[in-house]
Amino acid sequence: MKKDCICAFSAAFPDPRRNAFKVLVPVKRVLDYSLRPVIKADGSGMDLAGLKMSMNPFDEIALEEAIRMKESGKAGDIVAVSCGGNPCRETLRMALALGADRAVLIETDLDVQPLGVAKLLAALAVKESPGLVICGKQAIDDDAGQVGPLLAGLLGWPQATFASKVIIKDGRAEVTREIDGGLETLEVRLPAVITTDLRLNEPRYAALPNILKAKQKPLDVFHPEGLGVDVTPRITVLKTIEPPSRRACIRVADAAELVRRLREDARVI
Amino acid sequence: MAILVIAEHDGGVLKAATRNTVTAAAKVGGPIRILVAGSDCGPAAGAASKISGVSKVMVADDPRYGDQTAENVAALVAARFRDFSHILVPAGTFGKNLTPRVAALLDVAPVSDVIRVEGPDTFVRPVYAGNAWVTVRSSDPVKVVTVRAAAFDPAGDADVPAPVEAVAAAGDLGLSRRIRRELSLSARPELTEAEVVVSGGRALGSREDFFRLLEPLADRLGAAIGASRAAVDAGYVSNDYQVGQTGKIVAPRLYIAVGISGAIQHLAGMKDAKVIVAVNKDPDAPIFQVSDYFMVGDLFRILPELIDALEND
Repeated sequence: MKKDCICAFSAAFPDPRRNAFKVLVPVKRVLDYSLRPVIKADGSGMDLAGLKMSMNPFDEIALEEAIRMKESGKAGDIVAVSCGGNPCRETLRMALALGADRAVLIETDLDVQPLGVAKLLAALAVKESPGLVICGKQAIDDDAGQVGPLLAGLLGWPQATFASKVIIKDGRAEVTREIDGGLETLEVRLPAVITTDLRLNEPRYAALPNILKAKQKPLDVFHPEGLGVDVTPRITVLKTIEPPSRRACIRVADAAELVRRLREDARVI
Repeated sequence: MAILVIAEHDGGVLKAATRNTVTAAAKVGGPIRILVAGSDCGPAAGAASKISGVSKVMVADDPRYGDQTAENVAALVAARFRDFSHILVPAGTFGKNLTPRVAALLDVAPVSDVIRVEGPDTFVRPVYAGNAWVTVRSSDPVKVVTVRAAAFDPAGDADVPAPVEAVAAAGDLGLSRRIRRELSLSARPELTEAEVVVSGGRALGSREDFFRLLEPLADRLGAAIGASRAAVDAGYVSNDYQVGQTGKIVAPRLYIAVGISGAIQHLAGMKDAKVIVAVNKDPDAPIFQVSDYFMVGDLFRILPELIDALEND
């Protein structure tokens, strides 16, 4: 009986933070976008040793969007999460310096593939009950672009991928998506998964005092076994090669020569 | 077991990438069926039935698929199309949005952006903006794959149309709905389907000059117009013009890059073109290294000369 009273009371006087849902932002540590990747000579994979690693640029955009939602009172706490080895702590500290409130490292030395990552994030989402998961539309290393819709599918949540504009209102998100023919605007119920396209926002830089303060913010560590998730890879990478490329790179003197070559040599016009 | 190709269409028109995906399916080997999910999508289903190599077209024609949301279409696939060895979808924004969700419902690891089929379970796909190719083998019972259309030839027309069969709708989840769509209208060929693409970069300087200089050239060549990310970010053109790692992937017969320096993200979107021409004033522009022919100089002078040379040719 008493319990019922409490419920009625909270319905009449809704918590002002009730709409300020928690946001989960998955961030991936990848080779810095400005660097050219090197393939191992034996074709067994990429050689990343000693190269600068950074937060996936699309995830930076996702984090920025979450921070703006919090600043405008739409969102509550922001939890950044990364799946991978110990160095991912650095990526998470950067997320905390930019404005995340807490961080979670799901630590594993396995090469976790997108399905495994999505399962880990789904397990974390069940623990954390966020109102929104927002992440990059793809990581610039594997270019798979799978985690967002995989996660939405696993959770049975709506999804809005390739977002270029997000408006939150009344427990829903109105998301403008960049699609092949132009733009499309979807309305999705929350909780939902949104993936970000390039033009959603321009991420801020971390200020030095915030980088120092980030060291004090909480960073929890989980393991796949602890979350009850099997991340055994389903896909085996057999080899990694340099793409074949053979271009003539012929410098032509003027427009007339170009037209002649396109017509007579290349025969494409 | 059979291969399912999920058609990309807008109800009335079947997208050409569906044909390229059928070619990829033929390389896998096995009977090929096409699913057309939509509302009032009879014309698209009819077009699908005329693609060579297709044994059956299955149509889920229902208002709940009118928006082609990933939620409802994935639920349909999971409910009605589990007994396939492969599910192939063109890797445009439709397929990239839908396919991983289908994979999640089937508990399989999807393979994105396949450019070669090496065997029923082995595929080649680009990573790191096309700077490396990986050969991957899937151990899942169903291979759920998006196919990069530019890497496969379009399947031709069938002599006899394949039978078209209606499929009962499943799962109206009500999780999302489309409020509006703003599609770019253009009389030009679609960027991903064009035989010739003329792309402009930031060096064109303004929206006005972008179109003033590129349109006559595109008109002369029957080309689609594309752009670098820098040109899109500068506001010269809308996002759907962008060619590159995060934009459209094209592989036309002829690609002409005007005032584009050639960031690796742009090269990822066009380097499989048959012939590449680059015009740039910087003699060290990286785009020249992937070009067949290049011209160093002022594009504001070169482009009118090029149009003249084409007209006098």
